[in-house]
Amino acid sequence: MKAFARLLETLVLTPSRNRKIEALAHYFATTPDPDRGYALAVLTGELSFDQVKASRLKDVVLAEVDPHLFALSYDYVGDLGETIALIWPHSGEGRDLPTLGALVDLLNTTARSELPTLIAQLLTSAQTNERWALVKLATGALRIGVSARLAKTALAQMSGVELQDIEEIWHGIASPYEPLFAWLEGKAEKPAIHHAARFHPLMLSNPIDEARDFAELDPADFAAEWKWDGIRIQLILGPHGVSLFSRTGDDIAPAFPDLADAAFGHGVLDGELLVGHDFEPASFNALQQRLNRKTASARLMAESPAFVRVYDMLFDGNTDIRALPWTERRQRLESFFATTVQTRLDISPLLDFSTWDDLAALRREGATLHGHEGVMLKQRAAPYVPGRPRGNWFKWKRDPNLVDAVLMYAQRGHGRRSSFYSDFTFGVWRDDEIVPIGKAYFGFTDAELAELDKWVRSHTLQSFGPVREVQKSLVFEVAFDSAQPSTRHKSGVALRFPRINRIRWDKPAAEAARLEEVEALIAAT
Amino acid sequence: MARAPVLDRNLHIARIDTYIDPLTPRARAIVTHGHADHARPGHGSVLATPDTIAIMQARYGPDCAGSFQPLPYGKPLDIDGVRISLHPAGHILGSAQVLIEQDGQRVVVTGDYKRGPDATAQPFELVQCDLLVTEATFALPVFQHPDPASEIARLLRSLAEYPARAHIVGAYALGKAQRVIGLLRAAGYDLPIYLHGSMLRLCALYEERGIPLGPLRHATEADRSELAGAVVIAPPSALKDRWSRRFPDPVLAMASGWMSVKQRARQRGVELPLVISDHVDWPELLQTIADTGAQTIWVTHGREDALVYQCRKDGLTAEPLDIQGYGEEDEDA
Repeated sequence: MKAFARLLETLVLTPSRNRKIEALAHYFATTPDPDRGYALAVLTGELSFDQVKASRLKDVVLAEVDPHLFALSYDYVGDLGETIALIWPHSGEGRDLPTLGALVDLLNTTARSELPTLIAQLLTSAQTNERWALVKLATGALRIGVSARLAKTALAQMSGVELQDIEEIWHGIASPYEPLFAWLEGKAEKPAIHHAARFHPLMLSNPIDEARDFAELDPADFAAEWKWDGIRIQLILGPHGVSLFSRTGDDIAPAFPDLADAAFGHGVLDGELLVGHDFEPASFNALQQRLNRKTASARLMAESPAFVRVYDMLFDGNTDIRALPWTERRQRLESFFATTVQTRLDISPLLDFSTWDDLAALRREGATLHGHEGVMLKQRAAPYVPGRPRGNWFKWKRDPNLVDAVLMYAQRGHGRRSSFYSDFTFGVWRDDEIVPIGKAYFGFTDAELAELDKWVRSHTLQSFGPVREVQKSLVFEVAFDSAQPSTRHKSGVALRFPRINRIRWDKPAAEAARLEEVEALIAAT
Repeated sequence: MARAPVLDRNLHIARIDTYIDPLTPRARAIVTHGHADHARPGHGSVLATPDTIAIMQARYGPDCAGSFQPLPYGKPLDIDGVRISLHPAGHILGSAQVLIEQDGQRVVVTGDYKRGPDATAQPFELVQCDLLVTEATFALPVFQHPDPASEIARLLRSLAEYPARAHIVGAYALGKAQRVIGLLRAAGYDLPIYLHGSMLRLCALYEERGIPLGPLRHATEADRSELAGAVVIAPPSALKDRWSRRFPDPVLAMASGWMSVKQRARQRGVELPLVISDHVDWPELLQTIADTGAQTIWVTHGREDALVYQCRKDGLTAEPLDIQGYGEEDEDA
């Protein structure tokens, strides 16, 4: 438990992703089973104690601490777990905490009525730092800036096994993961998992290099589809139900019961998760609303029903067809849709073209008339290969929109950039004022960043913590994929995927864009 | 029997027309210690300990007050029927509590204070009184400061673990910086310690006044290779500024009582929080109030709500003074 508490503290305080991975890898390599497995389960959100609610913990503390003082302290600290850890008035010097494994057993086997006594004993035995870890552990509310993927990345780094091999079996194995660690340490075979329970790493595309690739590629070798603006999803359909894996292998089916309950069949499909009525995709913002929650309300599901636009098939029933060429997989996919009537799945149509110029015209038209993000090119002879093999799948994004916007606020970055002002909020003119339309933190070189940092420091109007308001006089040419209506921004618009295209040191702020110009792009996208 | 109040809520001693730690220039002032939110320039005459006067003169210039009257600890001074004496507060070098005796009443103004050991400050002395005017910087039960030696041990452990990284410790230039150095020396760390330019003068002053700090170097003049694995002490504001870019892959540490709150450390980008405070924590605060025997408690600055609530619960008369301007250096306490 001591080592786990130290690990959590390091993770919460270390800004560097690499150092978090190092700390995790070190912990997994030096901690015995089953403790490290339980730790992995806690970090990936697979293990939580449903009997230990935060409110119950609070009751334990309020038996020892004046409620008014507790409330003032909680107001100040802002985090319930941390307040409890800091305010606990007893400490049992020299008493040891149980190991993580023993603790998990204790929490799982102690009767509900005995839990308060147990928790009070544990809090007293622990040092402040361990108390904090204990509360985090018991309530499952970690909030330490570690994703499940980061924990798996650390496992890959520790063992030299590919991350995608770990993700592939992840959903077929369970806490405390002894067979997983045995495999990672070369002491056992890779755990065998039935395909229905497992996530299959995705095939990804490369951006097309217009200047080079088209000269070498034959349009007859490629099929094309629209590039859909949703999130990539892997659907596993089978007699045991439906799994919905995100591209990192997280099962998000609980957030999309409307989709999961309606889809049926047998096989593994690859497609784009979208929301909208009658298979008409709504904006990415609408999808975002649903992605942000763990479960969906009936109202939200009625407003934004989910569906999947399917573009590939990995397993036909129980048969692995990934080695087959795209053409054959597509045929099987088409016959899947020909033989079943799905209400929440449809097939991504193919575009009709014979030359690259034809496709370029389609791409332009799709962007202007329907707001399509671009087109995808898929080599007809290519098998389904996990990862990003060169030359098989290409994305050809629409040309970006450009707008000249004025720098308004600059914020300090993180990690390597923490001493630089590197996050920029910019805006455009509405009447006589400038209103913010977005924020970008890349698109410039390190040398440009140093110049921008200097500019921000010498043109500051006022500071709010890490944020500085600057003179409204520096213009950025901002590139973005699309503009969407937004209730979050004062301007009423939000840009998708904005980046700094050029710094217009030469351009006066008065010549920056007007809000109407940006609003006009909403209709088109 | 109604007696004239000794002190009002602006910390004004009416009978001798003298203010304690006034924030605006006054004809006569008693200054508890050298921090900028208590010691201001521009008063007519200043009464303070010799160390505090030296600190004020080093920070604001020798003529920052019309005149100075040094008063050593424990030595009473009688003016117009009021007896003033200064007693160690344990906060920083020269910090004092002010005891005012008038018509048989005893009033103590603590200034900032702590009760734990500190090799760089005169140890706190308990003074019995009827009215205690206390600070409340860390007056919440979540503040239970650990042993500073164990915090320094964490710094030394990190140095051993990352021998190629400079460890920049954010610490307030007056008091905290010297205390951190003292704690490192007490733990047996005898290598040169590198300082931000703003700390050189105050460290030299501490040494002149008999507090040895061991080998110190100016960080800006040091070679990059020297700084790998070195301890660097800088004001907190420099941690996230251009100044820190010169160091090889630094670990950002911060020595402050606030560092017990992880979210706070995280917000400030501090990787290695060191909970080292120059103020009393909650148990010490309550202990001090009980030890002085005071029946009336006035609370100057900090988390007044909690302390006033607790005192009243304990049957004492307690009121917040709500003085604006104290605790502006809170972030670094």
